[in-house]
Amino acid sequence: MAELSSQTPEKVVERSRLRVAIDSDFAWQFRKSPVAIVSAVVVTIMVLAAIFAPLIAPYDPFDPGSLNLMNGFSRPMTPNAFTQEVFWLGTDDQGRDVFSTILYGMRISLFVGAAAVLFAMVLGITLGLLAGYAGGWTETIIMRVADVQLTFPAILVAMLIFGIAKGITPVEYRDQMAIWVLIIAIGLSDWVQFARVVRGATLVEKNKEYVQAARLIGRGSGAIMLRHILPNVLSPVLVIATISLALAIIAEATLSFLGVGAPPTQPSLGTLIRIGQGFLFSGEWWILLFPALTLLTLALSVNLLGDWLRDALNPRLR
Amino acid sequence: MLAYVIQRVFQSAIVLLVVGLVAFSMFRFVGDPVDNMLGQERTQADIERLRTTLGLDQPFPVQYYKFLTNAAQGNFGVSYRQGRPVSDILMERAPATLELAAVSGFLAITIGIGLGVFTAIRRNGFAANAIMSISLIGVSLPTFLIGILLIYLFSVELGWLPSFGRGETVDVGGWSTGFLTSSGLQALILPSITLGLYQMTLIMRLVRSEMLEVLRQDYIRFARARGLRERAVNFRHALKNTLVPVITVTGLQLGSIIAFAIITETVFQWPGVGLLFINAIQFVDIPVMAAYLMLISVMFVGINLIVDLLYFAIDPRLRADRTAAH
Amino acid sequence: MKEAVLSIRDLTVEIPTRHGILRPVDGVSYDIAPGEVLGVVGESGAGKSMAGNAVIGLLTPPAHIAGGEIVVNGQRIDQLTGEAMRRLRGKQIGMVFQDPLTSLNPLLRIGDQLTETMLAHLDISRTEAEERAVAALAEVGIPGAAERVNSYPHEFSGGMRQRVVIALALCAEPSLIIADEPTTALDVSVQAQIIALLKRLCRDRGTAIMLITHDMGVIAEAADRVAVMYAGRLAELGPVREVLMQPHHPYTAGLMGSTPLASRGKDRLHQIPGAMPRLDSLPGGCAFHPRCPRAAARCSSAPGPLITDGDGRAACWFPLDREGVA
Repeated sequence: MAELSSQTPEKVVERSRLRVAIDSDFAWQFRKSPVAIVSAVVVTIMVLAAIFAPLIAPYDPFDPGSLNLMNGFSRPMTPNAFTQEVFWLGTDDQGRDVFSTILYGMRISLFVGAAAVLFAMVLGITLGLLAGYAGGWTETIIMRVADVQLTFPAILVAMLIFGIAKGITPVEYRDQMAIWVLIIAIGLSDWVQFARVVRGATLVEKNKEYVQAARLIGRGSGAIMLRHILPNVLSPVLVIATISLALAIIAEATLSFLGVGAPPTQPSLGTLIRIGQGFLFSGEWWILLFPALTLLTLALSVNLLGDWLRDALNPRLR
Repeated sequence: MLAYVIQRVFQSAIVLLVVGLVAFSMFRFVGDPVDNMLGQERTQADIERLRTTLGLDQPFPVQYYKFLTNAAQGNFGVSYRQGRPVSDILMERAPATLELAAVSGFLAITIGIGLGVFTAIRRNGFAANAIMSISLIGVSLPTFLIGILLIYLFSVELGWLPSFGRGETVDVGGWSTGFLTSSGLQALILPSITLGLYQMTLIMRLVRSEMLEVLRQDYIRFARARGLRERAVNFRHALKNTLVPVITVTGLQLGSIIAFAIITETVFQWPGVGLLFINAIQFVDIPVMAAYLMLISVMFVGINLIVDLLYFAIDPRLRADRTAAH
Repeated sequence: MKEAVLSIRDLTVEIPTRHGILRPVDGVSYDIAPGEVLGVVGESGAGKSMAGNAVIGLLTPPAHIAGGEIVVNGQRIDQLTGEAMRRLRGKQIGMVFQDPLTSLNPLLRIGDQLTETMLAHLDISRTEAEERAVAALAEVGIPGAAERVNSYPHEFSGGMRQRVVIALALCAEPSLIIADEPTTALDVSVQAQIIALLKRLCRDRGTAIMLITHDMGVIAEAADRVAVMYAGRLAELGPVREVLMQPHHPYTAGLMGSTPLASRGKDRLHQIPGAMPRLDSLPGGCAFHPRCPRAAARCSSAPGPLITDGDGRAACWFPLDREGVA
């Protein structure tokens, strides 16, 4: 600790906070769990690969100029019969490098998944706080809508919203808007969980003395909710968000696989699997297998991480 | 108890009214129905006439009321894409989906409860732990990938089972069934496993955690302390208590099966209402979408009602509370 | 003394944990004669319930019997497992739990719970079991027993439920009842009734009782002899009158000082300073020495030696003499 003494007090505080974080039970449990470490590493690698896809991918699968139809159906790790080019994971019917399309597909999948969860989270927290804090009619309406929506599976709600949004969007914008429509559809189908947890916590905290005290010294409701109630629901929200991310990624893949999601111009992992399924009987297994494995790895790692997080933080869900 | 039933029916009706409003709004505001129904060559007079026939010139509540009365009689208008009455198309497709859902639901419930009980009783055994680990993968595995995997194994590699369609069907009083032909039964195997697997995993995990909870209860310890046989403790005492909370979720899962059939039907090109719905979304065929929404809502609400009533059958505490209250 | 119904010798229960092995019961010995009521007292965590659970073979893993022996009716049972132990439970050793609200299976009629217990142990027909169930309920003072056999647990009050629990514990005619805090969860007004009922039934049948409680009042009222436990060890054992009036162990004296007893007049209530140590941080020697007013250096080096006085014994270096309380 000697080298710390010369630094500014703030630095010391920061350092010790870091130490506290490292020494915490949470970190201890993390180091104790090989499953958590492996899935965290896998998720990190995949997220980085998705972010830096344009730098990592050997080809740009969406640049028509770089495509060579002669490269079509190249087997993985085998030189192409016509061009002698070698593709790690092979190519599809149009000669697109499967590895590159997966990187770009993962980018879309992760972006849609993360954005949808973020959207659901913001919406759910806002409505949950509002319902819990305001009470009365506001609460009744919000929670009744939540109940009705919960009666239906999220994927169905998402499909319906997607269908309606598609109907509203003018035909010429449909492909451009598809990704955003997808995000909104999945997000809207998933806010209820967040709202329920936040509302529950708000109801509990609302009547505690420190919130009453904050109100007495004249703090606005918004400030009270953000400063006092939000921190209390952080860990359940984090757990729900992680599990929701896995669900959102699967939901996006499912919608795209069904042909009601990402447009062909911006293929996600689901779209790639949809395309690959066409070659299942003709023997070009790699066009299907690699995107499917990627999706599976991604969904499983996020799920395992969420599972572990739930056990480690042990929030009282439900 | 009667009052409770009435209250539940009333709530269900409200849900259906809300869903009906959503469906109607889709009809009314998503795309212009007149535009969709008339071809390119139309006159202003055509448009006016159609607006009057469709009742589009009337006030909103009147239109909504008409929509509801029509829907109640099974009249959902004409498909934009196929140009036939939606109700005809739905009736044609419904048996395929219902048969698939019934078989999947049966598999999911029986195997799910069985494995859940097994993994709870042998909670530290090797087999139970293996089943639990596999089930986690099962939850992460998207339904459509399971379908593709099964097709690859049993249709492409082994060639044992068909990869698409329902096989031969027999018409029994307007209901086309696949249960009576061998090709129909074969065609059912892969789709029903695909559709049931996810629900089965969920039911299994739920039964397991509920049963572990029940096994910790005092009355189970007391049952043991009285020297009851292990089988009686597990199945007579623990299982029955486990099933009370399981019933709600299972009921909802059965509803989900009909919704998830959309995915399975797409993978296996199964000619049911789910495939119809997906095609409707792709082509923005609003009447079909609205009708599907109404149909599935009625099913969900119905299932929820049945689940609530099942509670009374299994839990004497509820029976007593309700009768006592009235 | 007749041959003991229950004889415990040097019983030790261990729980392996991350922080080492805990010993909630450490070298405890006592006998219970036929028809005798032995009160086992101590603070929560003293190991009194754990000893009871060890006798009936219902320790929750990882807790297990690590040493000593348990003999019931001349048969050594601490090594028995599974089926052999099950036959003993209910048949030779019955148990009454603390909370009657959670001890009965809410979904089964109480008549069914009685008959299944009898059929598990007695060689009688179902009809006979049903008749005996009615008789058993009548015997524990349930009015209208013939109809009440068809009732569910929730239809009884707490006191009535504990009567049902007692009927269940006794229905297979065991020779020993372990009653673990049988009145703690009940209203004060019914506590005395339940104790009286339990005592009367056992006296009629010659059934012995191990009455586990932290309530000295209950002991004074019901027990023939009393065993005082502290931190897993037996502190003092003797006829109830002697132990209550002239305790030898300072802990017993302290317990008496903190219990309001009508016979003791208007003396001030005393408190034992401090709290019982946690099992993972037991002090060396006599575990009571940090709180003991009479403690000296050697108390912390070794557990108190056993001193005997007539039928009683105590484990203490500096026992209180017959003249009484310090």
